Amino acid sequence: MTIVFYREVGQFKTSYDADEAIFPIAQDRWSVIVLVAFAFLGVPLFAGQYLYTEVLIPVLILSIAAIGLNILTGYCGQLSLGSGGFMAVGAYAAYNLALRLPETNIILVFLFAGVMAMLVGLLFGLPSLRIKGFYLAVATLASQFFLEWAFARVKWFTNYAPSGSVAVGRVELFGVPIDTPGRTYIFVLAITVVLTIAAKNLVRGRIGRMWMAIRDMDIAAEIIGIRPLHAKLSAFAVSSFYIGVAGALWAFLRLGSWEPLAFDVNRSFQVLFMIIIGGLGTLLGSFLGAAFIVLVPIFLNQLPSWLGISMSTAAISHIEFMLFGAMIVLFLIAEPHGLARLWAIAKEKLRLWPFPY
Amino acid sequence: MLGPVLETLIGGLMTGVLYSLVALGFVLIFKASGVFNFAQGAMVLFAALSFARLSEFMPLVIAFAFSVLIMIALAYAIEFLVLRHLVNQEGIILFMATLGIAYFLEGFGQAVWGSDIYKIALGLPTDPIFILESVFPGGLLIDPAELIAAIICAVMVLVLAVFFQVTRVGRALRAVADDHQAAQSVGIPLNQIWLMVWAVSGLVALVAGMMWGAKLGVQFSLSLIALKALPVLILGGFTSIPGAIVGGLIIGAGEKLAEVLLGPVLIRTFDLAGGGIENWFAYVLALVFLLFRPQGLFGERIIERV
Amino acid sequence: MDSGAHSPGSSEGPFGRNDSTGNYGMRAPSEQDIVAGNVLLAVENVSLAFGGVKAVAGVSFDIRKGEIRAIIGPNGAGKTSMLNVINGFYHPQQGRITFKGKPRAAMRPYEAALGGIARTFQNVALFKGMTALDNIMAGRTLKMRRGFFWQLLRFGPALAEEIEQRRRVEEIIDFLKIQHIRKVQVGKLPYGLQKRVELGRALAMEPDLLLLDEPMAGMNLEEKEDMSRFILDVNAHYGTTIALIEHDMGVVMDLSDRVLVLDHGVKIADGTPAEVQADQAVIDAYLGVSH
Repeated sequence: MTIVFYREVGQFKTSYDADEAIFPIAQDRWSVIVLVAFAFLGVPLFAGQYLYTEVLIPVLILSIAAIGLNILTGYCGQLSLGSGGFMAVGAYAAYNLALRLPETNIILVFLFAGVMAMLVGLLFGLPSLRIKGFYLAVATLASQFFLEWAFARVKWFTNYAPSGSVAVGRVELFGVPIDTPGRTYIFVLAITVVLTIAAKNLVRGRIGRMWMAIRDMDIAAEIIGIRPLHAKLSAFAVSSFYIGVAGALWAFLRLGSWEPLAFDVNRSFQVLFMIIIGGLGTLLGSFLGAAFIVLVPIFLNQLPSWLGISMSTAAISHIEFMLFGAMIVLFLIAEPHGLARLWAIAKEKLRLWPFPY
Repeated sequence: MLGPVLETLIGGLMTGVLYSLVALGFVLIFKASGVFNFAQGAMVLFAALSFARLSEFMPLVIAFAFSVLIMIALAYAIEFLVLRHLVNQEGIILFMATLGIAYFLEGFGQAVWGSDIYKIALGLPTDPIFILESVFPGGLLIDPAELIAAIICAVMVLVLAVFFQVTRVGRALRAVADDHQAAQSVGIPLNQIWLMVWAVSGLVALVAGMMWGAKLGVQFSLSLIALKALPVLILGGFTSIPGAIVGGLIIGAGEKLAEVLLGPVLIRTFDLAGGGIENWFAYVLALVFLLFRPQGLFGERIIERV
Repeated sequence: MDSGAHSPGSSEGPFGRNDSTGNYGMRAPSEQDIVAGNVLLAVENVSLAFGGVKAVAGVSFDIRKGEIRAIIGPNGAGKTSMLNVINGFYHPQQGRITFKGKPRAAMRPYEAALGGIARTFQNVALFKGMTALDNIMAGRTLKMRRGFFWQLLRFGPALAEEIEQRRRVEEIIDFLKIQHIRKVQVGKLPYGLQKRVELGRALAMEPDLLLLDEPMAGMNLEEKEDMSRFILDVNAHYGTTIALIEHDMGVVMDLSDRVLVLDHGVKIADGTPAEVQADQAVIDAYLGVSH
């Protein structure tokens, strides 16, 4: 007797209600609930500081940035190389608010970061109405370099710090200090879950369809009543909001102190790689890509000692570059839809398991 | 006042010629394959590294010859490993593939040749030349090394421009850029064409790398020069060789002049910590161009038909 | 039963025209409007040129409410350009278009959609990355009102709206018999099904005027019969006015109430199918006799 456990057998949707749920397949629904519960309750039971600060927190924060870029590039098809700059806007906006109005609730600080990034994103997104494809990518580079320069040179942003770098103090939420890795993790996790649900809701509904229509054929989109202006600007706005929040979180909870270099063009590429490898146009891909980007360098750092050979940090960094480059090319050739598609294929195979077809 | 401005202008123009050469590499590949080769900068770095390291223990000419061979081998590798598998994919996929190639090359180049800063000693004269001493007190300063680099680049640009316009191969390349499948169906050997174009681009990258390397030293940031070439392409038009020339000159002169003229104004007004206008001026200029003349000065208008 | 809109020579059954596809009584409701002569769209002396090339030169015609209007002509006659003008993609250098009694200046496609004009394309302009269901749901865009913040929340009004629209879209899916492929990514569908999905998306807009650009192109006989039936059903069931470009003469004769013939951007005939079929200028145009 064989056991078929991943199957929709018997799960007929008797209403559109059920079909429109986030996870129509019951197994998916339960898996995610279990996963989230585990993330909140299970992980703190065994995770140590290293896991928190070097793996979980970076992956979660970068996932938020990746979701943001995925909305703009993956769902709406507007290629952007300016993610680093928008993260910087979020970081410096949050810094300045926390500096000048220190009593502000931290949630508001991060919201403010998102809103400021959104406004800047709208401004730099205006060209997208006339520019497409690679040209738009170059235009976003303009925003990247300009913002990098602004935060490095306009002394007001860094509060006239002579070295150009800034630092933030303790973060606290309603009087509770968020100073241990464990608490930081829970805080970031909560924010990530909320933002992910919001993104999923947007993407499933009429706004997501509007974005995808623009991506697939913006000319045809107009004839069914979608205004490209509206669609593209809303994608820039939402995307920049997410990226700005991620930037503020990264600065406050991951770095503690930073200089503009933390958000340079390499950061932009990093976020772009996350969504390419993870899967353009999927939320799962944002998480998978972020995890990939964070874990590979860690893995590479440990590898020499496992293999019993020694390698300089420079050599490791070179290999990192080569590996990322090769993976990008590999994915684009073999599976342009990234890890998320591989995951979907694996699930399909699981539906049939243990039958061959 | 005019003296220093003119000096800056001349310096900027010469830098601009170097930008043009890098941009030309982009244009060639884009014209021939419709691929926006983001790896051009990495190719410049890789070529420069090869030449710099080889010239440490070989005569310059031999080092150059070997470097050319290396770049051709690289073109082969890229065509075989990457491009062949991505025929008929959308442009954005190919663009991202070149992004991957760029990263790979940067890592690979430094892994093989090392990641220090290397000097390229081309034996160019370094004593400054002074011109127009009768008009301006002290004369205008011109760096002879830069001047020679500019002349070499200008010659290369002209040769390539002529080649593309006039020869049969050039025509074939333009056909391929328009439509891969159509070109194939009239018997144009796609793989060979791509091979040639990437090889020529590699050669261009080598010369550009040598020139820039002699100027700045060969180091990682060389690959960022390629990013600077993007505004050049926007101004000139992605498919235009004269555009790459004119665009390069405008950007080169423009950003230097902006730094010298606009910089102090901005520093005073906004209480800035230093200049650095150069970092973004080219891009913002390109952005403005994109808004008002998206095809650049010489590019082709893209008309979308339904 | 003499409705006056049919020329002598076509046979009539007790419920209306007895055409070769056997669709009895399918068009009785619309004949009233045609007889009453309500004009939905009027094109007056429109000229369109690209650079030096004249695509359309001084064409005038009208489309009456509830009718099925065919636009035919040899290749390059300017038929698609004409649709593009009606749709708002191209702005004519000369001439005027009056829609629902209101003359419009240069109109953007978005405004055309708002006004109740929907359209399909020769080369199937579907959103290839989305499923068939999503494509048709996209057609409901103008009917969906719930704002951004409701969408963020989804629970409540946004979800209710989504389900309501889904219900309507499923009606269209049932009508077009594409239930089995609704969750398939349209890029993977065969051409004939893609065209059906595109029709569905256009129908989802509940348009007053439906413009079909070669809806039968590339189809076999069976698919053509299906599509013909759909078009007739849409016209009968929803009362939608339809203008279609078509090359298959049999289809044109069976489906349309009136036919407009273009050649080299100029109108050469305008009337019922039988009239047009007998017109010498039309015959010459198709046979390539220079005139």
